[in-house]
Amino acid sequence: MEGVSQKPVEQRTSVTICFAGDSGDGMQVTGSQFTSTSALAGNDLATLPDFPAEIRAPAGTRAGVSGFQIQISSEDIFTPGDAPEVLIAMNPAALVTNLGRLRPAGTVIVNIDKFTQADLDKADLKSNPLEDGTVDGYLVIPVKLSTLTKDAVAPFGLGAKESDRCKNFFALGIAYWLYNRDFEYTRNYIRAKFKEPYLSANLAAMQAGWNYALTMELLQRSFAVAPAKLTPGTYRNITGNEALAIGLVTGTQKAGLRLFFGSYPITPASDILHSLSRYKNYNVTTFQAEDEIAAACSAIGASYGGALGITATSGPGLALKGEALGLAVMTELPLVVIDVQRGGPSTGLPTKTEQADLNIAVFGRNGECPMPVIAASTPSDCFDIAFEAVRLALRFMGPVMVLTDGYLANGSEPWLLPDVDSIPSIPTRRTTEHNNPGGQLLPYKRDAESLARPWILPGTPGLEHRIGGLEKAENTGNVSYDPLNHERMIHLRQQKVAALADVIPLAEAYGDDHGVLVVGWGSTFGSIRQAVLSARADGKAVAHLHLRHLNPFPKNLGEVLRRYERVIVPEMNLGQLSRMLRADFLVDARPLTKVQGQPFKISEIRAAIDDVVAKEG
Amino acid sequence: MSHPTESPIGLEAPVTEDPPQLTKKDFMSDQTIRWCPGCGDYSILSQTQTVLAELGLPREQVAIVSGIGCSSRFPYYMNTYGFHTIHGRAPAVATGLKCVNPDLSVWMITGDGDALSIGGNHFIHLLRRNVDLQILLFNNRIYGLTKGQYSPTSEVGKKTKSTPMGSVDHPFDPVQLALGAGATFIARSADVLVKELRDVLKAAYHHKGSSFVEIYQNCNIFNDLAFEDLVARKVRDDRLIFLEHGKPMTFGVKDAPKGIRLHNLRLEVIDLASGEFSEADCIVHDIHNPILAGMLARMQPPDFPVPMGVLYETQRPCYEDGFNHQVTEAIEKQGPGDLKKLIHGSQSWTVK
Repeated sequence: MEGVSQKPVEQRTSVTICFAGDSGDGMQVTGSQFTSTSALAGNDLATLPDFPAEIRAPAGTRAGVSGFQIQISSEDIFTPGDAPEVLIAMNPAALVTNLGRLRPAGTVIVNIDKFTQADLDKADLKSNPLEDGTVDGYLVIPVKLSTLTKDAVAPFGLGAKESDRCKNFFALGIAYWLYNRDFEYTRNYIRAKFKEPYLSANLAAMQAGWNYALTMELLQRSFAVAPAKLTPGTYRNITGNEALAIGLVTGTQKAGLRLFFGSYPITPASDILHSLSRYKNYNVTTFQAEDEIAAACSAIGASYGGALGITATSGPGLALKGEALGLAVMTELPLVVIDVQRGGPSTGLPTKTEQADLNIAVFGRNGECPMPVIAASTPSDCFDIAFEAVRLALRFMGPVMVLTDGYLANGSEPWLLPDVDSIPSIPTRRTTEHNNPGGQLLPYKRDAESLARPWILPGTPGLEHRIGGLEKAENTGNVSYDPLNHERMIHLRQQKVAALADVIPLAEAYGDDHGVLVVGWGSTFGSIRQAVLSARADGKAVAHLHLRHLNPFPKNLGEVLRRYERVIVPEMNLGQLSRMLRADFLVDARPLTKVQGQPFKISEIRAAIDDVVAKEG
Repeated sequence: MSHPTESPIGLEAPVTEDPPQLTKKDFMSDQTIRWCPGCGDYSILSQTQTVLAELGLPREQVAIVSGIGCSSRFPYYMNTYGFHTIHGRAPAVATGLKCVNPDLSVWMITGDGDALSIGGNHFIHLLRRNVDLQILLFNNRIYGLTKGQYSPTSEVGKKTKSTPMGSVDHPFDPVQLALGAGATFIARSADVLVKELRDVLKAAYHHKGSSFVEIYQNCNIFNDLAFEDLVARKVRDDRLIFLEHGKPMTFGVKDAPKGIRLHNLRLEVIDLASGEFSEADCIVHDIHNPILAGMLARMQPPDFPVPMGVLYETQRPCYEDGFNHQVTEAIEKQGPGDLKKLIHGSQSWTVK
């Protein structure tokens, strides 16, 4: 604690705060500092970074607003919170674009220095929102944030622009006072990140913000959030992309394979490439390809050579990789394909989240071209899902699709670290033995259970053979145009994917065994679970079924679905999973759709549950 | 495969110490060849099989990677490892393969449409990276497998199924494109130049880096005799010039010897029969001279003979070497990866 707080401290179970400013204001840094500090204080938390696609949109405009929302709690939480109670807005654009999220009577801390006529013009505002009734009903705390920062860093001889860039740490200082947070983590961060005089200036700005909050009359009290009662163990705060990268490394290490990562930079998947490129001592190689197609094809070449080829992308890149995925299906080589979904179609909303690639993941290739599809539910689940992808790809010899999304990729939460030694090793189908001694090699002879073919590496004496994208004759793998062979192979490739249902967990609903079943997949997990919890607390018969495996589905899925009177499927698309469920199981699965580039709020799902119960309960 | 530390000079392959144990026949697969009778691909296949045997390469150490097109059926006919990939993408697949398995001798088979049209991007990036493999581009100046549309190397005005009024596209010159993309080995030959093609393939093998070989190949169905006025027995001595490193550039039929000289910063054909010029006036071929390579690449009929053989060779680090070295370097600096460390990261805390 940086001095003694002389104002009352109010205990809270959870609080949600939103930092919003210009892309260049350092809001993502401010948010992640607050996150790490809260994680180290033992809170459960969930974050939602929300930034524009433009690196630096014109300063002060609505297009350039970058936000970071975080919920911290002394209990288990699943989402970054529906509505912040505190919004720290660095300019008018940040205020008006985020005010709608704020809960009624919430607190707005605004940088009043940025409310000149010129600033209002940049934000396309005809009048000052602080004076025209826009902020009525909220507690507005105007702070001369730029001026105060300038004064605080005056001793360090920075230029005007450089002084102004310290103001995010001033804002962080206010937040740290408000929530009784310790400086230690951020102090170390500043020391590691900055050189003098910026080091001292940023430290001074943070302390000045804290002091200012302490003395300011409008802030009547501060808040404390006790450590959460989390499952005992060791934790770290982790984003989805980082967890995914670590999961891929863990999977390949446990399989004893080199990881070859072929990728072309694309938002919001690029951080996976950045992470993996730092893990070369884990026998990881990263290839920044000339395009998305080469990224996939190089990974296929690497898998042919005996490494595990992995490629990651987002929607537009997945569209480009389609033909290569067909080649991996046809040649039956292991491959992991990661799609960090973003708003589509076309370039769409590069930095916003969506779940509209389920169709392309399951169906989006020419020909009958089945691929297993799995999806992560939370940032830390990206670790498990990546490991699962490696396991499945090596088991069935083929490409596996992993779906995450922008919300999971950039969002973070505390991750209960797994015990490395208890993570099972993953067997591979690599072989150097002839499978038909005395006769012709049979590169497409299948394992009876998994239907997988052997993985024969070039360089193996006596096992020379040819593979390719033309249809294969069963067993020999020779080119075949035989009609019945083609049909047989189509069925075999389908059965091979279907057979994975034997090695994935059964579907298990959380909650009641009758009434309304809410079925979800991917990043909607948190909102759905919290909504179901609250509905059950209010005595409603509701259950939550979360699907991590979307192709094949768990074997008992139809049976579970039919147990419930009503099935609703919240998705950030126009009902892609609900259509699959209806087609496969003939159940009346009703879509609840939202395609705004923003995750579901708990309240939106809760309202849908209440609606179904009220009308048909 | 191991390479000599220095690239051989010219076309002469160094004498291998161990006599080759395999014969051409060992490199022939059991698959029925389905190219049209009379296709130039047969000769290229045959010369490649012969060369691999002569180089003494073990079959398991050879991987043939191809794209799509008539030429790209090549791997099926080779009794080695082979991967018939998708249209234009062989460079990417071959790069991934070579990166994780650098001991393999990788041969990429492609055509003018595969390499220069649908796969143009991958082709230039492969050359830029200088992955150690051989690229055999079968140039027949036509799309054969799709039954006769003009290709990116077809001449302007070419009448084909898709250009009944004649093509209006300006063609690529594969050699100039390769030079511009930073290729470290550039050679040219033709399906009918049996001995010369073998020599070029051997030189390509011995070069460490991406070895690019353009091979004029006759499509006797859709673009028959496309190179006849250059490679036909009767005219080839006069229309082609066979380059040899360190030798003066001479060509021409017996009674009318000619040469190439450098005059006013331009290459020029000189008559060696008139007595005005002798071999001493001819420019001496230097495969390591990039300026000369640029000039040779631009030599075109009718003013010049077409250069055959190795036009250019230089040494530059290979992509896969640097790529794999970083793993070694990371392990040396940080120690072999420890999963526990990776999972724990730099900032973790314990809940009791």
